[in-house]
Amino acid sequence: MNKSLFKLQCPAPKFDFDIITLAHGSGGLLTNQLLETGVFELLNNEYLDKHHDGAFLELNGKIAFSTDSFVISPIEFPGGDIGELAVNGTVNDVAMCGAIPRYLSLSFIIEEGLEISKFWDIIVSIKYAAEKSDVKVVTGDTKVVDKGKGDKIYINTTGIGIMHPKAGIDISNIKRGDKIIVSNSIATHGIAILSVREGLQFETQIESDTTNLNHLTKELLDKFGDKIHLFRDPTRGGVAATLNEIAGEMHKGIILQDQQIPVLPQVKAACEILGLDPLYTANEGVFMCFVEPGIANEVVNTLRQHEESKNAAVIGEVIDDKKGKVLITNPMGGKRVVNMPVGEQLPRIC
Amino acid sequence: MKHLTEYRNPELAKKVLKEIEKTATRNWKIMEICGGQTHSLVKNGILSVLPENIEMLHGPGCPVCVTPLHLIDKAIYLAKEKDVILCSFGDMLRVPGSTGSLLEAKAKGADVRILYSPLEAVQIARQNPDKEVVFFAVGFETTAPANALSIIHAQKLGLKNYSILNSHVLVPPAIKALMEDPLAEIDAFLAAGHVCSIMGYTQYHELAEKYKIPIVVTGFEPLDLLQGILAAVKQLENGTHFVENQYKRIVKEEGNLEAQNIIEKVYETGNQEWRGIGTIPESGWHLKKEFEGFDANKKFNINIDKVPESEICIAGDVMKGVKKPFQCPAFGKTCTPQNPLGAPMVSSEGACAAYYNFRNMIKIIE
Repeated sequence: MNKSLFKLQCPAPKFDFDIITLAHGSGGLLTNQLLETGVFELLNNEYLDKHHDGAFLELNGKIAFSTDSFVISPIEFPGGDIGELAVNGTVNDVAMCGAIPRYLSLSFIIEEGLEISKFWDIIVSIKYAAEKSDVKVVTGDTKVVDKGKGDKIYINTTGIGIMHPKAGIDISNIKRGDKIIVSNSIATHGIAILSVREGLQFETQIESDTTNLNHLTKELLDKFGDKIHLFRDPTRGGVAATLNEIAGEMHKGIILQDQQIPVLPQVKAACEILGLDPLYTANEGVFMCFVEPGIANEVVNTLRQHEESKNAAVIGEVIDDKKGKVLITNPMGGKRVVNMPVGEQLPRIC
Repeated sequence: MKHLTEYRNPELAKKVLKEIEKTATRNWKIMEICGGQTHSLVKNGILSVLPENIEMLHGPGCPVCVTPLHLIDKAIYLAKEKDVILCSFGDMLRVPGSTGSLLEAKAKGADVRILYSPLEAVQIARQNPDKEVVFFAVGFETTAPANALSIIHAQKLGLKNYSILNSHVLVPPAIKALMEDPLAEIDAFLAAGHVCSIMGYTQYHELAEKYKIPIVVTGFEPLDLLQGILAAVKQLENGTHFVENQYKRIVKEEGNLEAQNIIEKVYETGNQEWRGIGTIPESGWHLKKEFEGFDANKKFNINIDKVPESEICIAGDVMKGVKKPFQCPAFGKTCTPQNPLGAPMVSSEGACAAYYNFRNMIKIIE
């Protein structure tokens, strides 16, 4: 079901208030009303319905566990909102461990004054994203802070998943010659956020690619098992930061082919105008995997069957020397080092 | 992307590169004026494929690098004022002043905003009548029209709460100063394409003639740069010295007359301090008297002492092409992009930052 249709089916209930106030976080009647008629109703499942301080879960075997906080501004952006991001972000982190995400915790820190309609939209997005990822929100918390002490809403989610039985995700499994694959075009999310944050207008709207990646990683693990050596999602700092981290950890080098890296033409154009490098720009719905060279093409073909990974491509490989470094060859045959970003990318003057 | 991919065509680039190799029979030192060109030379790996007898010198055309230290201190001082919104282009934020940077001031609570255009700052001034909005207007001729236009807009709107902290530098006087510096050894210039798109290149004929030096107006894509280098090498080998325009698709000899009119309305030339280089006569644009009300320098009483530059940093010599970044004792040791001592290490266009990346490359690729 598409998201807008989904939202239509979840109309907001009638509340006696239209903005969130400090009282909604005080644990009293208003908190109760907000949770009972709002959050619990919408996210209901057998674990959450117990209304206990925590959730009772049954998990067997090795589990993966990850947490993330979401402080994005603006809270709504083309292609998604903070709610969807908060589910997808943690689901994806668990999926990157080679696990099947199962349960999420959900905590809100809300700045007083947030419109209840916006809050409702966020909860609906969370419900939609959780159903799409096949995870359950089993415990949570809501706090409200004074006006000016937050930025509308912050969300923390923590996720638990069960390891895929065939997974062999470990940085130490990476060998020389392993191919590096990106699951889709890079830099789309970062540019989508920037375009709304800076009020930039482009002829084509650039939408964030935020999505859950757990079904894709599961399919790859089902098919290729431990021939997949690493999954990683290049969120903040982009592909450059993530690959530098990996190169440093594995004490091997990485060489990328500039022309193989998929970037949507409108994103590439926006990067040119804004003086930004797609390699350093944030992603949400993209992951990288390091795989045995023999399966690289098959992995790419498998990914390309799906809309959210239709531009998957092999972008480089692991080399023994240049330890800890990421290099990129450009079309002219020149090479350069892709450094770890120092801080956030700053647009150049001219 | 039309007009971009063609200029990144590797096959064509290799052809031009071969022709450069064939044409150059001696050692030549060519200076690209603009930091954007330095950035592109490094990013596209051109420095690593040029023949050994062609040495590129990286000129002073990085606006971030040549903005005087005390002006950055002034910007930080203003940003910390209670009722000031300080607006700036992105890459000025990390430049170290004598005590911290704008980015640090922002972290401590100053209202510092990154903008893409000074016209956005005018908009912010309109929306915040109880605040003073200051735009940190630095740059070469390229950014001057928009900065001047922001003042014209502000004047039309009757805004009293908008001003600019101005540091505008000009290319032709800098070429003159470089040519008259006894230490500088430059055989040819690649003039900055975008500067010439505004100002044209009529002023450059006199310089080429006086100093008997080839000047090629050059763009920023790999093929642009290689064609610019080839044109310069051909002239050097033939013993000619005139102005050529490689960047014809953007630059007209007379430039952008409308933009020049706007600049002329608001600015007048005057002596200008360049960080690391010193004062160059008639090398800057200052606001005309009638626009003094928009000059943050005059509007606010900014009481800060001039702090001397780091004694170790050789940024000035680097920007004159006299020394290479790696000849600096601090290079890569106490001065890195994480902890820059001088501005050329901060901006990705700065020669030191470019060489810092490039040095890694030479070391590990060889």
